[in-house]
Amino acid sequence: MFDIERWQEIFETLRKNKLQTFLTGLSVASGIFILVILLGFSSGIQNGVKSQFERDATNKISIWAGRTTKGYKGLNPGRRIQLKNQDFNKLSNDYADFLEYESANYMIWRALVNYGKESNNYRVWGSLPDYQFIENSDIGEGRFINESDLNNSSKVAVIGNKIKQDLFKGEDPIGKHVSIYGINFKVIGVYYDPGGEDEESQIYIPLTTAQKSFNGADRINNMSYTVKMPQNFDKGVELSQNITLAIEDQLKQMHTVAPNDIGAIRVNNNLEEAQKIFSLVDVIKLIFWFVGIGTIIAGVVGVGNIMLIIVKERTKEIGIRKALGAVPLSIVGMILQEAIFVTMFSGMFGLILGLGLLEVIGPLVKNDFIKYPQVDFNTALTTVFILVIAGAFAGFFPAYRAAKIKPIVALRDE
Amino acid sequence: MIQIKDLHKSYHMGSNSLHVLKGINFNVKEGEMVSIMGSSGSGKSTLLNIIGILDEADSGSYVLDGVPIKNLNEKVAANYRNKFLGFIFQSFNLINYKSALDNVAMPLYYQGIKRKERIEKAEYYLEKVGLTPWLNHLPSELSGGQKQRVAIARALASNPKVLLADEPTGALDSKTSQEVMELIQGINDEGKTILMVTHEHDIAQMTKRIVHLKDGVIIDDSPVQQVRASVYV
Repeated sequence: MFDIERWQEIFETLRKNKLQTFLTGLSVASGIFILVILLGFSSGIQNGVKSQFERDATNKISIWAGRTTKGYKGLNPGRRIQLKNQDFNKLSNDYADFLEYESANYMIWRALVNYGKESNNYRVWGSLPDYQFIENSDIGEGRFINESDLNNSSKVAVIGNKIKQDLFKGEDPIGKHVSIYGINFKVIGVYYDPGGEDEESQIYIPLTTAQKSFNGADRINNMSYTVKMPQNFDKGVELSQNITLAIEDQLKQMHTVAPNDIGAIRVNNNLEEAQKIFSLVDVIKLIFWFVGIGTIIAGVVGVGNIMLIIVKERTKEIGIRKALGAVPLSIVGMILQEAIFVTMFSGMFGLILGLGLLEVIGPLVKNDFIKYPQVDFNTALTTVFILVIAGAFAGFFPAYRAAKIKPIVALRDE
Repeated sequence: MIQIKDLHKSYHMGSNSLHVLKGINFNVKEGEMVSIMGSSGSGKSTLLNIIGILDEADSGSYVLDGVPIKNLNEKVAANYRNKFLGFIFQSFNLINYKSALDNVAMPLYYQGIKRKERIEKAEYYLEKVGLTPWLNHLPSELSGGQKQRVAIARALASNPKVLLADEPTGALDSKTSQEVMELIQGINDEGKTILMVTHEHDIAQMTKRIVHLKDGVIIDDSPVQQVRASVYV
């Protein structure tokens, strides 16, 4: 219930203790301000890390081959392992129940690409239609390569948005022809990738076309899969880890590679990496909360301190009130309300200042690992809740002390 | 109105103990005006504080308006103080950041009375003590006599059964003391029971009965022919 007299008393008391109130308010406000900024940046880090993983599907498994580092079954180390179509077909068949998207890829590193007088070097991938989903690419214009392109070994290309800007200079590329090492490919689509410019500087053509046109035979450079994700993230990580290990073992056997050779067959599991990074982000977030709460506690101790001083200074008044019929609860309520008000007011000031600052500097932060630092509504609500609890905690001991003072003792206080 | 039997009170300071009240037996009838006299340390203020439920006796019994006052928790004690008793202190004990009006309205606040009604009642009692022009003044803007009048109005505001005054003229000059006593006598004339501690014989003579305390014991309890305060003016 709104009690104007109670509020008049609170303001009167605060007026009498201006400097202490200001300094206490400042410590609470700065505590909340620091907490909001820290939480904003922890969310920024989370967004940054998330966007790093958005380059590709989080549940992606990619397999590369290199040279053996250990001798095995009479074969010397340093032997080059070449992945082929049959490796891909075998794995796709064996793990069909667990895999969502799959693509074998043949890569042409820094291929010379021309359109009219414009030219540049870009990475060209001979891939399967699923690769669009594995790479998290969005088709902005036209379409991605399909089964028909693959079966007909069509000379079609899907170019990244950066290539469109570089070579076509505002012209519509769909239906136009680009030349890759002198072979003409018809542009059928333009894709966008959340990974940014680097990811948008590539060209996708059908795997069969790439192998035939660029002397690939049945060779492939890597294989990419995504795992079918169960509802539970941790179970997904476990499944992904098991498949990773099984594929690695199987490929090593197929290519006669020592089981402990870590150079010849490399299987990268995005999900496992994601879990590690997300765990790290969680730890960072926890540390930020810890530091923020610590600063608030310092502020709360300040409020508690000033309330103790105020109670001490008002001992006689408390005695008078008790003599006139004030019950202990009304004294407790008076002190608590004052403490909560000081904490809430200064805390809200810090909160608004912190949110305002994040709003202003958020868009200016240009860093791959910190993106859109901001505090969501729930977090802001949590900090307000923390403020009320903190204020009540700060006021509790002084209020308890005030309620316990015997009226006659309080009245004798000078 | 007040029945006290074999009341004892001691104060303990470390290993020392000071027996302040040593078996007080004492009754006050409704409408009486009694002064308690005695030298410093005789126990008169302690007795008044126990009657005012601001302090507690070690043993003995105290009945206020038929209600035994013993082992009360602070909430019940606060309610009894608010309902039965009005206090007038030597040092006025006004809240210095509240106006005369708000000071007088304060006991009514603790009775849960709405602000409008509180203000009306407070205005009535301030008018009764002749302070209508000073309603909105802070205590710091009032003279000693005016402050004590505000305190009297505050004591009357909750319409208590008994007024307890601890040296009500102790901080006032003689002329103002007479004025305040005249006011208190008038309140008694209207039927209010008044119990007053004083060490001034002239002031005690203005009540109807004087109880003398010495070393925690009542040595004399006799009626006096009340002297009207107006005679002194």
